[in-house]
Amino acid sequence: MPVRRSRLNLLNLFLWVFGGSILALAAFGALLTIQQGRLSGDQWQTLIIAGIALGSVYALIALGYTLVYGILFMINFAHGEVFMWGAFTAYFAATALSDAGMMASNPILAFLLVLATAMLVSMLVAVMLERIAYRPLRGAPRLVPLITAIGASLVLQYTARGFYGSGVRAYPDFTLFDGSIELGPVEMTVKQFVVIASAITIMVLLYLFINNTRTGRAMRAVSEDKDVAAMMGINVDRIIVTTFAIGGLLAGAAGILYTLLFNQVHFFMGFLPGIKAFTAAVLGGIGNVIGAALGGLALGILESLGPNLLLTGYGIPAPNQLKDVIAFSVLVLVLIFRPAGFLGRKDNV
Amino acid sequence: MDPLMRRAIITGLLGGAAVIHLGLIGMIDAFQSRDTIADVLTLGALLPILIALLIGWRSGGPMRAPHIIPTGRRAVTLGALGGGTTGLVITALALFTTTVDVRWILSNASPSLAEELWYGQGAALGSVLVIVVSATAGAAGAALHVIPGTIARALTVGGITAILVALMEPFVVAVLRNIGLRILEDLFYAQGGLTLIGFLLVFAITAAGTYAWAIRGRETRQRVAAMPPDRRRTGKLVVYFVLAAFLLLLPQIVGSRLSEVVGTVGLYILLGLGLNIVVGFAGLLDLGYVAFFAVGAYTTAVLTSAASPAFAPELPFFGALPFVIVAAMLIGLMVGTPVLRLRGDYLAIVTLGFGEIARILFLSAWAQPLVGGAQGILSVPPPIPFGRDPQSIYYPILFFCILAAVAAKSLASSRVGRAWNAMREDESVAEATGINTVTYKLLAFGLGAAFGCISGALFATKIGTVFPVSFDLLVSINALALIILGGMGNIAGVIVGALVLVGLPELLREFSEFRLLIYGVVLVAMMLLRPEGLLPSRSRRAELHEREDTEEQYAETTGEETGRPVVSS
Repeated sequence: MPVRRSRLNLLNLFLWVFGGSILALAAFGALLTIQQGRLSGDQWQTLIIAGIALGSVYALIALGYTLVYGILFMINFAHGEVFMWGAFTAYFAATALSDAGMMASNPILAFLLVLATAMLVSMLVAVMLERIAYRPLRGAPRLVPLITAIGASLVLQYTARGFYGSGVRAYPDFTLFDGSIELGPVEMTVKQFVVIASAITIMVLLYLFINNTRTGRAMRAVSEDKDVAAMMGINVDRIIVTTFAIGGLLAGAAGILYTLLFNQVHFFMGFLPGIKAFTAAVLGGIGNVIGAALGGLALGILESLGPNLLLTGYGIPAPNQLKDVIAFSVLVLVLIFRPAGFLGRKDNV
Repeated sequence: MDPLMRRAIITGLLGGAAVIHLGLIGMIDAFQSRDTIADVLTLGALLPILIALLIGWRSGGPMRAPHIIPTGRRAVTLGALGGGTTGLVITALALFTTTVDVRWILSNASPSLAEELWYGQGAALGSVLVIVVSATAGAAGAALHVIPGTIARALTVGGITAILVALMEPFVVAVLRNIGLRILEDLFYAQGGLTLIGFLLVFAITAAGTYAWAIRGRETRQRVAAMPPDRRRTGKLVVYFVLAAFLLLLPQIVGSRLSEVVGTVGLYILLGLGLNIVVGFAGLLDLGYVAFFAVGAYTTAVLTSAASPAFAPELPFFGALPFVIVAAMLIGLMVGTPVLRLRGDYLAIVTLGFGEIARILFLSAWAQPLVGGAQGILSVPPPIPFGRDPQSIYYPILFFCILAAVAAKSLASSRVGRAWNAMREDESVAEATGINTVTYKLLAFGLGAAFGCISGALFATKIGTVFPVSFDLLVSINALALIILGGMGNIAGVIVGALVLVGLPELLREFSEFRLLIYGVVLVAMMLLRPEGLLPSRSRRAELHEREDTEEQYAETTGEETGRPVVSS
């Protein structure tokens, strides 16, 4: 049908012009900023390191989105809240350990304990979420689980608010992680180093788990084809729960790492990181594990560099106010130009 | 173990978990200050009892696998077991909060919560009382399965109505005072709730009414149906006339404070009607709907306010309105175009992103010269011929609500509405039948945007100022929750949804703190239990009736039976 095709082409043309002009504006802005030389090389480096640290947290959350999406083809909209519950748990565990004096006497064990509790609670929340809100709706029209997810997200947020109060709570200090270290020419704070190192360790463990264990193989099989996997004797329900549990564990870890970077917890803190991690997952190609990790890093760096690099050149006041706009614009642009993401399968979108 | 007993205990434990949740988020404590029956029962005390009742109802009901239907005394015993289990969990919670102090984590796990759970009777007597009351409530819940269905329904309706009437105390009292019926107020209401006599009266009247309707209702309906058409038309006219008179006099009846609430409900009805076009008719889940609301409010403020930082000539409200609508529709197209090819869930998140972008931009220092940044825009004038007091601002809101409802209704049954319908059900099939999905999607976004921006414009003139904080995600969530509660794609549903989800929390201070939690529960529960909403769209039934009607008319005029068409089209 030639008529139809020409209409679609017109639409495509419009989208490409729209997206292309945004990209051109961004590139021109970067050029202007670099020409004006407002920030020194060291400052750029600091921003990039901060971006990598933030990005590795996004990557951990994004993995949860991607794993669930790979198996159920649904966006677990409440995943950001799972992350928030991890952060709150970490806060209480850290406060308890700090009061007991363990933070001073045995800081590494204390950190690992806090990490473990946060991961465990987030895992429980994720599994409960699957059981109550998603499992009864398997096979329902697409919008139905999405709406439940939004509802579940509100319930989790406001339960946390009711339980723990609506104020912002400051995190106790891991004195162990004060100061900064130098890795060759690069200088970063110890906290950033811990965040990046922990995130990389966890992601490597996840990769090994998915590729080398029986359960991991079952997960891959279910994500290829649920029905065939079931015929091969895989308990699909169990694999789905396992996937949510792993996503929860990763989100819990992300929770404590994020609070290490920003030092505070709040009941609404899951919303923005959740959306941005979703953006990261889409950027890397949703359903793709390595893509999510790389997408997280890319988005973290972009968010950290973006406002200064792309906007100051135009003389826009207080560009950091607009950093969330950059993240959302990335989402829109990716969906226009490469809806399958950079490493994703075409049929997913 | 006997599967029925196992189920009763598990259900009871779930009920206990629900009470623990309500207790720890502080809801029981907050509702303690609102009486259901004055000096007898607070809402906070009623909540666990209602949960036990529900648990008993579930425990005593039929079981699916293995298929067993408990009857008579056994069902009641099972209900008591379920309710009793819930009571045990409640006792455990109360004991826990009095012995262990975890208030540094859970701010509501305090001994005062235990006192409330124990009805203020202390640990020993209170524990026994809680278990006995919960078991009794559970037994009563299960008994609803045992007694005849019509009676059970009458009792349920009576109970729910009585509780609702008690909850509506501030509303009803204000109305009664306003229309000078203090006698009724003294009879029914005490400070904060119904009097015991009032409660029993309301319960008895509604229960009896429901019972009578169940026995005689069919007959009445048939009599109405048997009336000659011109009399039926007169009847309809009378109903419409009464409705119109009621709507026109509403602000005078309910008084100034409640008019404020009614106005807010009206704004959300407008929002709901607009979002309903996008989500309910066209099936595009838009989570950034607040963007249009914001654009409407800001454009109005910039164009009409003398205090707006940009654009000097101050237009009158109705002069500015066309520009506002055009601006919003353009934004609607701008949001709509990039997401045209996205599937449902992606579309939701991208539109969410657009909503956030809008809010951040309105807040930013960059856009401050145009829209005032965090300081917002002050002194937006009211729509010209009216003042700003809630009783006058009601009329423009009412006007636009009626306009929007009529527009939405005619859209739904038009060619466009049917195209949306087809697109919502199956996009590929719709496209194959020659529906230009691109055009219709953009049309849905554009029209939805127009409705949303009118609501925003009225919002700006209603409160007279525009601040970026008014336009966060929660407006979108609010609008979504109300169309889902009422029933997607249905206009009456939007109105009911707005009354329940916006009106109630505005009236009841205690509720407003838990408003979003309740929205969340509503969204999840509706999707799990009744995805079509409280008032599902009647279009399908109406279509069927239309055919019956034409057949009847044909039979009347020609005096012969219609033959069914051999080939249906």
